[in-house]
Amino acid sequence: MMGPEIASGFDSPPEREEMESLALSDASASAYRSAMSSIPASISASSDGDPLLAPPPTLHFPISSSASGHGGNPATSTASSFLDPPSYADVVFSPFNSHNGHGGCGSGADNGSLLRSDSSPRSARAAKSDYIKISVSNPHKEQETANSLVPGGGTYFTYLITTRMRSGFASNGDGESEPVEFGVRRRFRDVVTLSDRLAEAYRGFFIPPRPDKSVVESQVLQKNEFVEQRRSALEKYLWRLAEHPVIGKSDEFRVFLQAKGKLPLPTTTDVASRMLDGAVRLPKQLFGEGAAAQVVPQEVVQPAKGGRDLLRIFKELKQAVTNEWGGVKPLLVEEDKEFLEKKEKMQDLEQQLSSASQQAEVLVNGQQSIGETMGEIGLAFIKLTKFETEEAVYSSQRIRAADTKNVATAAVKASRLYRELNAQTVKHLDTLHEHLGLMLAVNSAFSERTSALLTVQTLMSDLTTLNTRVDKLEAASSKIFGGDRSRLHKIEELRETIRVTEDAKGCAIREYERIKENNRNELNRLDQERKDDFLSMLKGFVINQVAYSEKLANVWATVAEDTSTYVRGNS
Amino acid sequence: MSALGGGGGALRNASTALAISSTESFAGTPSCHTKRVRRPPGSFYWLHAVTPAPPLDTTTLKQLVFVSDYAESMIPPEIGPPKSSSQSPRSPSGAPFLSISVTDPVKLGNGVQAYISYRVITKTNLPEFQGPEKIVIRRYSDFVWLHDKLADKYKGIFIPPLPEKSAVEKFRFSAEFIEMRRQALDIFVNRIASHPELKQSEDLKTFLEEDEEAMERIRSFETGIFKKPADLLQMFKDVQTKVTDVVLGKEKPVEETDPEYEKLKHYIFGLEDHLTETQKQAVRLVKRHRELGQSLSEFGKAIKLLGACEGDSLGKVFAELGSKSELLSIKLQKEAHNLLMNFEEPLKDYVRCVQSIKDSFSHRANAFRLHCELTETTKLKEINLEKLNLMRSDKTREAEIEYRELKAESEEATRRFETIIKRMNEEIVRFQEQKTAEMGLAFHLFAKGQAKLANDIADAWRSVLTKIEAYSLSSGHD
Repeated sequence: MMGPEIASGFDSPPEREEMESLALSDASASAYRSAMSSIPASISASSDGDPLLAPPPTLHFPISSSASGHGGNPATSTASSFLDPPSYADVVFSPFNSHNGHGGCGSGADNGSLLRSDSSPRSARAAKSDYIKISVSNPHKEQETANSLVPGGGTYFTYLITTRMRSGFASNGDGESEPVEFGVRRRFRDVVTLSDRLAEAYRGFFIPPRPDKSVVESQVLQKNEFVEQRRSALEKYLWRLAEHPVIGKSDEFRVFLQAKGKLPLPTTTDVASRMLDGAVRLPKQLFGEGAAAQVVPQEVVQPAKGGRDLLRIFKELKQAVTNEWGGVKPLLVEEDKEFLEKKEKMQDLEQQLSSASQQAEVLVNGQQSIGETMGEIGLAFIKLTKFETEEAVYSSQRIRAADTKNVATAAVKASRLYRELNAQTVKHLDTLHEHLGLMLAVNSAFSERTSALLTVQTLMSDLTTLNTRVDKLEAASSKIFGGDRSRLHKIEELRETIRVTEDAKGCAIREYERIKENNRNELNRLDQERKDDFLSMLKGFVINQVAYSEKLANVWATVAEDTSTYVRGNS
Repeated sequence: MSALGGGGGALRNASTALAISSTESFAGTPSCHTKRVRRPPGSFYWLHAVTPAPPLDTTTLKQLVFVSDYAESMIPPEIGPPKSSSQSPRSPSGAPFLSISVTDPVKLGNGVQAYISYRVITKTNLPEFQGPEKIVIRRYSDFVWLHDKLADKYKGIFIPPLPEKSAVEKFRFSAEFIEMRRQALDIFVNRIASHPELKQSEDLKTFLEEDEEAMERIRSFETGIFKKPADLLQMFKDVQTKVTDVVLGKEKPVEETDPEYEKLKHYIFGLEDHLTETQKQAVRLVKRHRELGQSLSEFGKAIKLLGACEGDSLGKVFAELGSKSELLSIKLQKEAHNLLMNFEEPLKDYVRCVQSIKDSFSHRANAFRLHCELTETTKLKEINLEKLNLMRSDKTREAEIEYRELKAESEEATRRFETIIKRMNEEIVRFQEQKTAEMGLAFHLFAKGQAKLANDIADAWRSVLTKIEAYSLSSGHD
C-alpha cells in the first residue's frame, strides 16, 4: 500500500511535485483514491518474487473484510469504506464499524472523479464553491505544429479537463437547475499561463501554488509515470483553485475551464478594469519626463518585471537599498502592527510546519519499516515452518512448526496492518505538507504587499525630488523679474509630471491598500481553514491509530493466548 | 560389527570378503549416500552402518537415562523465561532439587583488564553437594572453563551453549549487554544442572562450590599445563593426517554414510540457516521498534511546537497529541527491550544450540575415524600375527601383546563412538522438546509484548480522541 513511490518521495528532499503526487492528505475519499491510483502499479513491480509482501494489486485489501468480519457487504465496497477516512460528521468512537453502513456512499465515486460527497471541512468548503467535479484525465500526446526542428522534441501532452458546475454559477448559465459540464483540453503550458495571470490579477491573495514544471522528473521518470504524476498534481491544483472563494469565481479560472480551443486568457482584463477608477497614465513617469504617452495604465500596480522596465527595477531597488541602509525613514512605512505581528506568526508557523512535516515523514518511514520488517520476520518464520514440517521426525518438532506457523501468520497480518495504517497516516499527515505548500502562497502574497509598498515609496520619494526641483526653479526664476521663460517652461513640465506622478501614487496606494485588504481577508480565511484542516487531520490520524492498533492487538492477543500453555506455572 | 571384526585367523579371507561385499552392497543401495567412500587399493575401511535406535519417545528416554525422581521434575526442561533467574526451588521439601541463579553482575578491574563478575548461587538438597546454599563469584572465563571441560568429557552430548564473547569493545560494558549475558549464563548453568548426565559432572560441582582461589588454581593448572598443549598436539595431528591423506591419495577422510545420520546433519545445517536468517530479522525488528520510538518522540515535540502556533484550545489538542506521542515513544523503547530479551535472545540461543550440535558432529566424526583406523590397524596386526604364528617366529609373542593392546584400544574407540551415537540419539529428542517449549515461550512473550504495545497505543490515542471530540463540540466544528 505504501508504494515505493511514496517511500522514494520521502527519501528525497520533498519536492513540491512529489509531495503533491502523494496527495494523501485530502480528506476527500475520492481525491485520495485518485491520487493513490498511480501507486498499485509501481507496488506490484517492486515486490515481485515476494508473495507475502506483495500487497493486493488494488487498495482494497481483502484483510479488512476478512479480519473484522463485517458481513454482507461486497468486498470492494466494504474495503473502500474501510479505507476511506471516516466521514467526520458521523464519527462515533469505533469508526470502522459505524462506517460500514456507509459503505455505499463512497462507492459512487469509484470512477476516480473528484466527487466530494463526504462532510470533511475541505469538502464542506468545496460544497460552498460552484464546482461539483473537476477531473483531469486522458493525457494525450501531441505534436508541436510549429518549430519542431528536433525530431521528437516537439511533443507535449494535453489533458482533458472536465468540470461540472452548479448551473446557477456557470457563466453561460440561464437559470436551469441542471448542472453544466465542460470539457477542455489543456497542456501544462496553459496551466502556467493561468497561474501567471492569476498571480498578476490577484495580488495579495493566497493563490495555491502551481505544480512545478519539474524538468528533471520529466527526464528521469518513465514517461507514463511522469504524465500520471503530473495529471494528479494538476487535478489537485485545480481543485485548490476551485475551492478558493475568490479565485474559484474568477473569470480567468472560468475561461481556463470552459473556453473551447486554445486558451485565450489575453492580458488581464480584470486589472485593466480595476484601473478605471484611478485611470491615469502611469508608470513611465517613474523614469522621468516625456515618456508618459505610451504607458499602459495598469503597469504601476504590477510589480516591476525583469526585462520590461529595467529602469523601474533599478529605481525601486535603489529605494529598497535606501530603506534598508540609508537610515532614512521612508515616507510611508508598514505600520499595520496587527499585520506585522501576524506576519511574524506566520513565519513561526511556517518553521514549525516545516519541522513537523519533516518529523511526520520520519514517523511514516519508521512505521513503514517496522511493517516491512514484521513482514520479513513473518516470511522467515514461514520458511522455517516449511522446513521443520518437511524434516520433522519427532512430534515435538511438529508442535513447534505449528506454533511457528501461528506466529508467522500473525506477523504477516501485522505487517499488512502496519502498511494499511501507514497509508492512512500518510494521508492524514499530508495536511502538514499541504499547509506548508500554502505558506509559499502566503509568502508570495506578502511580498506582493511589500513590492506594492515599495512602488508607493518610490513614487513618493520621486514626488519629493520633483517638488524640490520645482521649488528651486521657482526660487531661481523669481529672482529674475519677468520670469525666465525656459525655467517657467521647465516648471510647467515638472508640474505636469508631478500631477501624473501624484495620480500614479494615488493609484499605487490604492493598489497597496487593496493588497493589504486581500492579505487580511486571506489570513483570516487561511486561519479558519487551517484550524479545520488540522482538526480533521488530528482526528483522522488518531482514529486510524486507534483502529489499527486495536486490530494489531487482537492479532497478537490471539497468538499470546494460543501459546500461553508454555508459560511455566500456567500448565 | 564385533562379529566381523573379531573373526579368527581361519576366517581371515572370508571376513575380508564379507567386509568388501557388505561395503559394496551398502554403498550400492539407492538410499541417500551423499558421500560414498571409495577405498583406495591396499587399504579398507569398515563402513559402519550405524543405525540409530528408532526415535525414542519421552518415556523410553526416561527409562534409559534417568535414574532418580529428580529427573522427572526436570522434564520439561526448566530453561527459558528470564524470570527463572530468581526462581525459588520448585520442591521445597523432600524431592531433590538443584537450582542455580546467576546474579549481580559487577564490573571489576580497569581498562583492558576489566571484566564482569557474577554471583552464582546454588540451592540444592542433593547429598553430593556441600550444603543447601552456596554462593561463589565467577567470571565469564570460568563459565568457558566449565563448558570446555564438559565438551571434552561428554562427547556426543549437546553441551549447552555459552553466550558469545562480545566482539565490539564498546558494547562490552553496556548495561544491556551485561544483562543479556547474565541471562544467558543463568540459562547455561541451569541447563547443565537439569541435564541428566551433565548434572552429575564433577566439574559442575567444582564450578558451583570451590572458592575463588581454588577455582583459579584448577583453571590455571589445567589450561596452563595440559589443555593447551594437548589441543595443539591434536590440531597438529589433524593437520598431519589431512596432509598425509592428500599426499597418499586418500580422497577424503572416512565419513559415516548412515542415511539417518545424513538426514540429521542435513536438518541441522538447514535449521542453522533458517534460524540465522530469522534471528537477523528479529534484530532488525528490535532496531525498528527503537527507531519508531525515536521518531514518535521527535514527532511529538514538533507537533507540540506546531500546536503552540495555533495558540487556542486547538493548540491544547496538539499538545495532547504531542505528549502522547512522547509517552508512546517510551512504550516502544520498552517493547524493543522486551523483544531483545524475550524474543531475539531465545532465537540467538537457538542458533547457538544448533551450533553446539554441530560441534558434536565433529566429535562424532573424529570418534568414527579413530574407530575405523584402529579397527583397520588391528586387522592388519591380526593378519601379521597369524603369519608369524605360522612361521613360528620369535616375534610372535611380542606381536601378540601388541595385537592385544591394539585390540583393546580399538574396542575402546568403538565403544566411545557408540556412546556418542547413543548420546546423540537421546540428545536430539531432548533438544527438540526443549526447543519446542522454549520457542513456545518466546513466541508467547513476543505476542504478548506486541499485543500490549498495540493496546497501549490504542489507549493513548483514544484518550486524545476524547479531547478532540470535546474540542470539536466546544468550538462548534463539525
